[in-house]
Amino acid sequence: MLVVLTVWLAIGTFGVLALHRFALVAKVFFPMGAAASLVLCVAAASAMGGAAEVAELPFGLPGLNFHLRLDSLSALFLMVLGGVTTGVSLFAAGYFRKGEGTPPGLLCLQYHLFLASMALVVLADDAYVFMVMWETMALSSFFLVTANHRIAEIRQAGYLYLLLAHVGAIAILLCFGVLQANSGDYTFNNMRAQHLSPFWASIAFLLALFGFGAKAGILPLHVWLPEAHPAAPSPVSALMSGVMLKTAVYGLLRVTFDLLSVQLWWWGVLLLSVGLLTALFGVVFSAVQVDMKRLLAYSSIENIGLIMVGMGLSLLFYAYHMSALAALALAAALYHVASHAAFKSLLFVCTGSVLHATGERNLGRLGGLIRYTPWVAWLSLIGALASAGLPPLGGFVSEWLLLQSFLFTPGLPNSFLNMLIPVVAAAIALIAALAGYTMVKFFGVIFLGRPREEKLAQAHDAGTLEKIGMLWLVAISILLGLMPSQILKAISPVIKQLSLFDLSPSIAANAWWLLAPISVARASYGPVIFLLGVAASCTLAYILVRLFYHGRLRRSAPWDCGYPLQNARMQDTAEGFGQPIRQIFEPFFRMERELPSPFDAQPRYRVLVEDPLWYWLYLPIARWVERISQWVGMLQKGRIAVYLLYSFLTLVALLLMAKQ
Amino acid sequence: MPNLVGQLINLLASILLILSFAMLSQRRILSLIRLFTFQGVTLVAATILLGYSTNQPHLYYSAALTQVLKVMVIPTLLHRLINHLNVRWDTETLINIPTTMMIGIILVIFSFNLAAPISSLSTSIARSTLGIALACVLLSFMMMITRAKAVPQVIGFLSMENGLFFSATAAVYGMPMVVELGIALDVLMGILILGVFMFQIRERFDSLDISHLEKLKED
Repeated sequence: MLVVLTVWLAIGTFGVLALHRFALVAKVFFPMGAAASLVLCVAAASAMGGAAEVAELPFGLPGLNFHLRLDSLSALFLMVLGGVTTGVSLFAAGYFRKGEGTPPGLLCLQYHLFLASMALVVLADDAYVFMVMWETMALSSFFLVTANHRIAEIRQAGYLYLLLAHVGAIAILLCFGVLQANSGDYTFNNMRAQHLSPFWASIAFLLALFGFGAKAGILPLHVWLPEAHPAAPSPVSALMSGVMLKTAVYGLLRVTFDLLSVQLWWWGVLLLSVGLLTALFGVVFSAVQVDMKRLLAYSSIENIGLIMVGMGLSLLFYAYHMSALAALALAAALYHVASHAAFKSLLFVCTGSVLHATGERNLGRLGGLIRYTPWVAWLSLIGALASAGLPPLGGFVSEWLLLQSFLFTPGLPNSFLNMLIPVVAAAIALIAALAGYTMVKFFGVIFLGRPREEKLAQAHDAGTLEKIGMLWLVAISILLGLMPSQILKAISPVIKQLSLFDLSPSIAANAWWLLAPISVARASYGPVIFLLGVAASCTLAYILVRLFYHGRLRRSAPWDCGYPLQNARMQDTAEGFGQPIRQIFEPFFRMERELPSPFDAQPRYRVLVEDPLWYWLYLPIARWVERISQWVGMLQKGRIAVYLLYSFLTLVALLLMAKQ
Repeated sequence: MPNLVGQLINLLASILLILSFAMLSQRRILSLIRLFTFQGVTLVAATILLGYSTNQPHLYYSAALTQVLKVMVIPTLLHRLINHLNVRWDTETLINIPTTMMIGIILVIFSFNLAAPISSLSTSIARSTLGIALACVLLSFMMMITRAKAVPQVIGFLSMENGLFFSATAAVYGMPMVVELGIALDVLMGILILGVFMFQIRERFDSLDISHLEKLKED
């Protein structure tokens, strides 16, 4: 484990030494980093379920060594990290181009530092290492986001990201301060031993929710996500969305289930409602975006919301001592962590390939790419299917598990919750459907139809290394979809560690291809059977059509509708596709629209969809900060006599206080 | 005999206080430096008397240090400084002098009030002078605030250090030697740096009026 981290850091250092030797950095160092990630993934998998390993490194401040600990929960997140970064590093090796922003060697350092700090966040066993690595992670990703720092918007996005990351870090620091309960010992072992009163435990939980929520992008703190993701280079967006957001989930799980000794039921309700709002907000916004990376960023917000819903439900069951159901909801959340990591990184690297092939991020100028870049198109189709939550891929398994656990909420000993939670389940179903809608838009507008611009005909497919990276991520997505019971059995030590209930016997009771977490009589899911069914019906339909239809193949322009005078600009656009959602969910948005008059010779249609939270929450805060700093600025007259007067008055006041 | 020494120390303390008031009201720089030298001499005398009456030989060393530094070296340095800078003119104050004196009287009452409980705890022979010492510190601080030119401000700073030294001597028979040496060196370094600084100010603004420094503020 530590060997891998050392290798990453060494690669980073070599990268700096070979600052401008592009070929060496891209073709040697990044694949080496990918190999190290693979080793990490395997090592973490082997540590899963074993006893916790503890290490103390002689680094850090004098008398304050680095405490590291590898238990099942860390191992799961390390597996996700290793698995995803293997693919992303391979892709990055082919992705980064010469002469864009930061020199390649420096990029290599920042990239591998980012990986190593994420791994150490997950491994940390005291607040000191955790915070140092958390900040290293924030800073290295900030520099990666601003890799093209010559563009003003990118610098702005990076600033916003750094600001929210730091506000969150303060909350996390305060949370650890509460957790150590005045004992002065910041190791996690000590925090586990403390018994906080419900009031202080709630304070710690709320601080953790705020701090980790700022990183994960829960509702009022999500604003950095749709800015930073489009700004960052695609492999970096893939890592940030796929893995970094998950470290926040890890932190919240670690604090809530492991470090805190009491869990209250209303925390679960809070987490559930925040998660639900986040998911709904994310999916509605992602449906109306016209920038493909912003669309994916909002979709990440949605998925984080779903994970939070799973965690909240698990917490709720756990607080009422229904540990079997807590385990089920937790399994759904963790499964979604893994599957989202795989498919979202895949989709982000695909947008990277599209960006390189066409130089366009705007959906309105793409289209028909499946003919020019078939590899990218087919691979991102799989990602989009997984993201839409369709069987037999990974996204479906987690959403199915989540809905399954919702079906058991009537057993809760609280009548209000019994009435309200079915509504949440319905909302989850709505979110899943809207996610499907969004993915149809994403895939359909980019890859299907006719190219909307002339230059798209010159688009080239991804390079070899990029293809290998994408294939790896696709393989993970498919694996997660096809073998849910094996994977759930593998991660059941984590679930047991957190919810004190072992899922593996009930999983092992069924056949290997059948997933039935409660009992076969209630509900079961066999992805392999489903895949076979899909394959069989497709083949059958194909054969039947070829047999009974006339068999002549006629090629015509898509979505033609028999209308002869049609050009590429008359296809359904991203704006057009999102229009029903814009109508239905109008109160969510803040829209500016310019509709052309019917007599305009050169009609232009413009619509700008903005996040109302900017206007309700962030701009008032910014105005207040400005006003307060103006008041503070009035203190600063620039006259020495006035400054001396301040210290004089302070002295007199202190003397008066001393006299009391 | 101790009674006489105590009375003498009280007398010297009152002289210090009067000198502080004199400095607060003095407009001419040359007289300010002379008053500062007198303050130093009074301080030396008080320290020697205290050392004699309490048999504390280290007070003699600090008296010698004060004599060398505050009566001889620093006034010479200041004289050379104003000769170089050619600033023998009268100095102007920000607040008019009667008001300053009124505030000064309030400060003296305040510091006596403040020092009363501390004096009753102290066993020192010079404990009754603690209020005066504190008043000296505050008055010098006032002087720094009310002066518009750089040189009087520096003198105010130095005289504040005098008050501090006196209060330490009066309350607990002086500070440890290391601390005293450290402060003495600090004052010396301070005056050198402030001298350089004043040359810079004058070169930049053709004047030693520190109100020009307001331009340095960023808007």
